[in-house]
Parts: sequence; structure tokens; C-alpha cells
Amino acid sequence: MDAPQISLKATGRSRRRLFVNRLAEGSATIAALIAVSALVILLWSVGSRGVGSLNWAFFTKGPAVFGEAGGGVAPALAGSLLLVAIATAIALPFGVLAAIYVSEFAPSRIGEQVRLWLDVLNGFPSIVIGIFVFALCVKVPLPIVGWGNHQSAIAGGAALAIIMLPLVGRATMEVLRLVPNELRDASYALGVSKWQTVIRVVLPTAFGGILTGTTLAIARAAGETAPLLFTTAIAGQVVDWNPTHAVQSIPLMIFQNSESPDPSLQAQAWAGAFVLIAFVLVTSLTARFLLDRSRKKLGLNR
Amino acid sequence: MEAASVPSSAGLRRTRRRGDRVGDNLLHALTALAALIGVLIVFAIIWRVADGAWPAIKVFKLHFLVDGVWNAPLNKFGARDLIIGTVVTSFGAMLLAAPLSIAIGLFLSELAPPAIRGPVGTLVELLAAVPSVVVGLWGIFVLAPFDAQHVQPFLGRTLGWIPIFAHGQDKVESTVFTAIVVLTIMTIPITSSICRELFLGVPNELEEGAIALGATRWEMVKTVIVPSVRGGVVAAVILGLGRALGEAIAVTQVIGNFIPLKPSIFEPGDTGASRLANQYQGAISNIQVASLIYLAFILLVITFITNLAAQRVVKRFEFHRTGGD
Repeated sequence: MDAPQISLKATGRSRRRLFVNRLAEGSATIAALIAVSALVILLWSVGSRGVGSLNWAFFTKGPAVFGEAGGGVAPALAGSLLLVAIATAIALPFGVLAAIYVSEFAPSRIGEQVRLWLDVLNGFPSIVIGIFVFALCVKVPLPIVGWGNHQSAIAGGAALAIIMLPLVGRATMEVLRLVPNELRDASYALGVSKWQTVIRVVLPTAFGGILTGTTLAIARAAGETAPLLFTTAIAGQVVDWNPTHAVQSIPLMIFQNSESPDPSLQAQAWAGAFVLIAFVLVTSLTARFLLDRSRKKLGLNR
Repeated sequence: MEAASVPSSAGLRRTRRRGDRVGDNLLHALTALAALIGVLIVFAIIWRVADGAWPAIKVFKLHFLVDGVWNAPLNKFGARDLIIGTVVTSFGAMLLAAPLSIAIGLFLSELAPPAIRGPVGTLVELLAAVPSVVVGLWGIFVLAPFDAQHVQPFLGRTLGWIPIFAHGQDKVESTVFTAIVVLTIMTIPITSSICRELFLGVPNELEEGAIALGATRWEMVKTVIVPSVRGGVVAAVILGLGRALGEAIAVTQVIGNFIPLKPSIFEPGDTGASRLANQYQGAISNIQVASLIYLAFILLVITFITNLAAQRVVKRFEFHRTGGD
């Protein structure tokens, strides 16, 4: 009597199952490849078209007079810096304070609510936030000198701040949650009051994470176009640091020039896109790296 | 141990009890105020936008939603075609983005070797960091010509018998289709990173159990992972949808800003958010401004509902992970 032959080769049903498995694994890999190649193609286009138009004048000069060649986007660069600085100055304290409330003071039910509404705010279309700020302090004057009734860097910065607030707030909440309770307890055990514990123990421990969250929010705000459309200028001839004036910004410059038929303006849009993307990618990569590090540091303490 | 290694408490001893009570209450009040303002902004936005839209709401009422005429000189405004455009572009984008995102989530959580998980995950998330105006710029000069030359004629040849894929003689660059592709690229990172977190949250014991019973990887995904996070995946797709519904800049750059709507997606079109970005500054009459804000209000209500629903669902799936930003 022969022993029944045992083959390890899959046949029939198992073969089909293995085939379907291969197919599924293959499609998932291809999907990931598609997403990565979309990023690579995008970066390649911006890089190859943008670098060529970068020169000293691009960073230092204002836009050329109509019909003339050359010119740069210095007013837009300065404007973007100003807008983001205003937005950060508003969003950072509000975001961090709100996060401290949620993690240190609020009962968990109320904390959940704050978290939820910040997430909802994060989901609002940015163009609607632009319209909100427009209706609030461009169309209708707020009773503060220099604020109302016209477009201004303050209005644009406020719109960007509303974009940044939920990002800063949520990131800070996450990192405050990671601060080990032992640290707080140790501080209380030494007789230190709650507010001093928060300021001298909790915040310094979470500093790295807060910095990361803020950096990511800045990277996001620097690229936002829609909230600035109605709240600050779409053109600017000279560098202007006055926050009550309407200023030009890089994203709006790209938006305007991308629809222009003039090749030199299009080239400027690509160069602007290159500067913007370089800024955004470098800041977000650095932030992610720092976040990993501070998470690890906190994780070890736990 | 020497007492010298303990930090001096001199700095702390000086604080008086009363100062502490005041300090605690002050910080509590200050932080509560900041949190309150953060929440109030949500409602302030809704209220202010509704207020700005009021003149148009009074005149056009709910007819605004079903009327297709958008005529500035005649002061007649209806958002039907814009709403349809918004729905077509964002649902079209999600039809492409949802399967891709789920597949990417599976690749990053189950398939990829650990060494490439991190880098690929970061690359996909960096796609989310690309500003929409840059995606739009790329859309105008790279994607749209490519679509017009290659993709759209091909789809027109193969699927042209379906009216929405009908392709005429001309190679049109600014089309609804290109807007759909742009929105797909913009929503993939959002949806796929949530999907990855969800899949990673499924307890390993369940996955190993399925494998031990002889399931292939795909069968394990189908029978264990997907059923246990189905609601979360739906919520992730809805969050992506919310982003697509509200995207104004990139869409207005590539879609061609044209209504009345044509039946084919290989023709120019327009969406609500895109029209806002495009016409707001050129708006002359008060009723036109109010109509545009009415449009913004509709967008706001839709994104408000979708986000609230999706957040509620996502929260249920937060196992005990603390990832994400």
C-alpha cells in the first residue's frame, strides 16, 4: 500500500484564496504607490519650474510695472510674515490656555465638549472663516481705531488665527495628556499650588509638544489662501509692515498669478509655490521629528 | 543621599496661601475664558454668516436651493447648479479617494515592512501639508493639460455612452473631472491617515486568531479588521468629504467657473465654495453679496452636520491610542 501523496502545492479552493490574497495585497501596495507618486510628481513640477525663476530680485523687489520685465514678490513675502505673526500671536495664547483648561481644570464632560467644538471648528471650510471675519471687521467697523471698515493685516491675521486655534489647542491637549501625573503629584506634595504647578512643571514638560503643534499650525496658516481673499489685499507694490494696512501675501500672489496669461507672472507663481512648499515641508518635517522625540521622552517617564 | 541634591525650596516658600488661592482661581478663570471663546467662535461664525445671508434668505427663501439661474445683472440668484456641482465633485472625489485611502491604510498598518511604514506614512501625510493654492497651480499647468490630452479622451472613448462621461470634439482643460482629481489628491491624506490609525487600533489578538485559524491576510482583513472598525472608516470618509465640500481655491483654479451645468464631467462647471472665491470681490449689489453669503451658509450647515456626525463616530473608535495631531 502506498502512502497517500501529500503535495504542499495549493490546489483548487486554497489556490483561489491565495490568488485573491495576492491580488488584494498588490492593490493595496499600488494604492500607496499612487499617493506617494502624486506627491513626488507635484514636488517635481514645483521644483523644476520654481527654482529657475528664483533670483535675488524675486526676494527683494516689488512687482514690475506693467509691461516691464523682472520684479519680485518682496511685498507678498513681508505680508505673509506679518499675517502669520499676527495669527500666531492670537492663536497661541488662546489655544494653549484653552488646552490647559481642558486638561487641568475642566470636568471631563465639559472638556469633551470643548474638544468636540474645536474639532468642528477645524472642519469648517476656510473660505467661510474668511467671510466671517469679513463680515465681522471689514464690512462693519469694530470700535477700535484702525481696525474696521477696510481690509487689513489684522483682519487677515485674525482669519488665519481662527484656522490655527483648533490646531494649536488640540495638539497642546494631546501633549498635556502625556505629562505624567506623578510630576503633578510630586509638585503638590511639595506644597506647590496648582497654578504654579501648571506654569512651572506641566508647561515646561510639555513645551516641546506645544512648540511642535504651533509649528504645524504655522505651516498650515502660511499656505492658506481662502481666508485672506476678502480680508486683506490681493495686490501690493511696496513692503508694508503696518498691521492696519491691507498687505499682499504669497498664497494670494500665487492664486492671482496662476490665472494670469503672462508667462513671467506664471513663473513668479511657480517660484512662490516653491518658496511656500519648501517652507511648509521643512517646518512640518522638523515638527514631526521634534514631536517624535518629545513623545519618546515623555513616554520614558511614564 | 546628601540633602544638597534636593533643589532649594527657597523660591517656593515665599508664596503665600492667599496668593495661591488668587493665582489658582485666576488661572482657572483665564483658561476657562479661552476655552469658552474657542467654543463661542463656532457659534459666532454660524450666527454672523446667517446674519449676512439674511437679505438673500428673505428674498429667495428655500427656492434658492432649487433655482438654477445665477444672473448678477438681473439680481436673480439660485444655487441649484452650484450645489449639484459641489455634490458631484466631492462625491466623485470620495468615490476615488475612499477605496484608495482604505487600501493605503491597510498597506501602512498590515502589509508594509516596518522599515518603510514610517517613511511612506510621512510622505502621505506631507501630501496633506501641500497648500491648496499650490495643488491648484499644479492642477492648472500640469494636471489639466494631461487630463485633456490623455485621460479625458480615453474615458470618453470607453465610457462615453454614459451621458456624464460624454466627450465632445474639443479637448477642454478646465473641467469638473480635473477638479475631482484635485480633490481626490487633497482628501487621500486625511482619510488614509485616520484609516491607518483605526486599523492599527484593532487588537492584535483578534488578527492573530484569524491567521491561526488559517485565514489569508486578505480574509483576516475582510472578516476581522473591516467589521470591527466599519463605522470609523465611514466617519473617516465623511471627514474627507467635509474637506472636499469646502475646498474653494484649488477647485476654482481648475474647474472653469461655468454654470449652467452641463451633463458631462468633461466640461467646465462650478461649485459653491469655488463661486465664493471667484465672485466675492467682484460682487456689486448687496443682494449678490447676500446671495454669496447664503451660499456660504449652506456650505457651513452641510460641513457642520457632516463633521459633528463624523467626530461622534470617530470618538467611539479611539480605543486607547493617543496618536494623530
